Amino acid sequence: MQRKECVAMLLAGGEGRRLGALTEQIAKPAVHFGGKYRIIDFTLSNCTNSGIDAVGVLTQYQPLVLNSYIGIGSPWDLDRKEGGVSVLPPYMKSAGGDWYTGTANAIYQNIGFVEQFDPEYLLVISGDHIYKMDYDWMLQAHKENHADATIAVVEVPWEETSRFGIMRTDEAGRIIEFAEKPKNATSNLASMGVYMFTWSVLKDYLMKDAANPDSSNDFGKDIIPKLLKDHANLLAYRYEGYWKDVGTIHSLWEANMDLLQEMPSLNLNDHGWRIYSQNPNQPAHYIAPTAQLSNSLVNEGCEVAGCVDHSVLFYGVQVAEESHVIDSVIMPNVKIGRGAVIRRSIVGEGTIIGEGCQIGSVNGEITLIPGGKTIL
Amino acid sequence: MKRAMGVINLINEIDFLEVLSRNRCVAAVPFGGRYRLIDFILSGMVNSGMSKVAVFTHAKYRALLDHLGSGKEWDLDRKRGGLFVLPPNTEEHDEKAKGDLYQFYCQRDYFHRSKQDVVVITRSHMVCNIDLEPAIQAHLDGDADITMVYKRTADETLSRNRRIRMDEAGRVVEMQDHNGRLVSDNVSMEIFIMTKAFLLDLVETSLAQGYDHFFRDAIMKNMDRLKIASYEYTGYLGIINTIQSYYHHSMNLLIPEVRRELFYKNGLIYTKIKDEPPARYLDGSSVQNALIANGCVVEGSVENCILFRGVKIRAGAVVRNSIILQNSEIYTGVSITNAILDKDVKVLEGKVLQGDPTAPFLAVKRSIIGQ
Repeated sequence: MQRKECVAMLLAGGEGRRLGALTEQIAKPAVHFGGKYRIIDFTLSNCTNSGIDAVGVLTQYQPLVLNSYIGIGSPWDLDRKEGGVSVLPPYMKSAGGDWYTGTANAIYQNIGFVEQFDPEYLLVISGDHIYKMDYDWMLQAHKENHADATIAVVEVPWEETSRFGIMRTDEAGRIIEFAEKPKNATSNLASMGVYMFTWSVLKDYLMKDAANPDSSNDFGKDIIPKLLKDHANLLAYRYEGYWKDVGTIHSLWEANMDLLQEMPSLNLNDHGWRIYSQNPNQPAHYIAPTAQLSNSLVNEGCEVAGCVDHSVLFYGVQVAEESHVIDSVIMPNVKIGRGAVIRRSIVGEGTIIGEGCQIGSVNGEITLIPGGKTIL
Repeated sequence: MKRAMGVINLINEIDFLEVLSRNRCVAAVPFGGRYRLIDFILSGMVNSGMSKVAVFTHAKYRALLDHLGSGKEWDLDRKRGGLFVLPPNTEEHDEKAKGDLYQFYCQRDYFHRSKQDVVVITRSHMVCNIDLEPAIQAHLDGDADITMVYKRTADETLSRNRRIRMDEAGRVVEMQDHNGRLVSDNVSMEIFIMTKAFLLDLVETSLAQGYDHFFRDAIMKNMDRLKIASYEYTGYLGIINTIQSYYHHSMNLLIPEVRRELFYKNGLIYTKIKDEPPARYLDGSSVQNALIANGCVVEGSVENCILFRGVKIRAGAVVRNSIILQNSEIYTGVSITNAILDKDVKVLEGKVLQGDPTAPFLAVKRSIIGQ
């Protein structure tokens, strides 16, 4: 196999339990986002746009949709002769086999995959996050500083620091302290779950970690604290821009609504950094004479005859006359009947909303209608 | 139909598309918000189970080659068969001027080497969603030399087309070009089905007699001797080879039944993917009766329009009864009525463009209007 300077391992086994019915059948990275994407499109597109063409996708929870979605990787230009994208579920070995017990363990179990490319650096990323980032710049910073590990960090509001892994750095940007979900944070730099490792160093730590029965085999809980304890060269790489972990129904809704700002901080119309996805081959969408649209995203294959305000419509959605869709996310092939009113809701793929149905409320929690349902 | 191979014949295709075909062949003319004309017949072939298609190109084919690529979007990037683009043979200076029969002859090895024994020859400018399988089956079940596909329509007065007349048994007994006197609602779709052996024989015989045009020479001149059967297509048809028919059939896409027929009925229409995000409608936009592709950003007012991928309509602009091709940008305060703007056109602040439905305002690719 041709040698690669940097290989990416994309963690896509997350169950996303807090996304409720949306992740009953699919893993979190396969959840729909932004009118035409699945969450994993962002990290896969980042890889290909950064020039990384060997990507291992680690799957575990409900991998069916994710596997067929990724396929041989052609939408992301990752159908390559050498490398490309490989889906890596847990597998049996001669001495038994195991589920991935943690993020670090998932990489540990696939050391063989990584070694095929004999890389100098390994990028570990998570398929749960929405952001646009050039990993090549991060790699350059990692190389220039002769770091053992570089962790991408983003400033978060101080009141939210208790939700993240928080890094404290010195003036040179070295990480001197790391705290997982601290109560009283000393910094507001949160880890984005994007790690660049020098492979020889990481491999060593993965082996030691696997031999330690007390370890939970997790990057945030075990590997990074151990590196810090050993005074390894840990660099923080500051990222400025949009980054979102869509862990809950509310944050998924919010991330979709973020795209509707007048100048969205996540620009999807940037031809220099396209986000790729599988294409369902639908015709252009049709806006009927009775329709009223404002502040919305509408994908191909939609037929809109009703009123759509501040909402995101995925492909193939039909909105009948006199219906209202407000502050909502409507996933693929949903049919909304005449006179129905949908507010502050996420409606799952293929659901049929009957005539005159009232869904959601003006304020309070976001209403989730699971996919494949018929609501009358 | 695995027995059949497709030939999309772009040689000497009738072209009155003016600016739209100035730098591209008819097959590559954008249509319907995100397609090019060739997508319709090509997808029809693929959806009819054909896995080997040759495109005989002739001139101005750069955009076409870019569009077709390896044939992947049509599932034609195959190890065996798949898409073949065959440029004209020009070993000698005047060979390009020779007709399609000569080019078929030059590629006779391609036909010989194919394991398929039936050939479906089409043009690229017939916008339809056709299932070719029953037509091929009808040809195989009958005893005709050639089966040609036609449509009964009174709606093709704006395009250049051929009318045909059949006897009671459905045998084609008369064919005339658009300037002929034949009064008939039967319009030829320029789709011809025949066995490969028959085609190769027809090619060699005609060339030997000094003829090199497939339709005019090999078929029309031999009408008495050939047995030509007819097969009726009943779906939507748009013959796109004049600006008037282009405009007319584009506007027809705003009718729901036409979209259902054309985009979904016998399978989807495939095209090159551009990875544009969903269209954005900003506050203050007003859109009525419009077909809008991904990547568009609409802030102004749009009525009875087709917007291709990546078109931007800024606040205060008003666009009516128009077709705006890919990545064009309409600035504030502009008013456009009855126009066709080619790709990457910019219409600057305050400009007023006014065409007529029978003679739409036309703008050349990459032009900047209002400077």
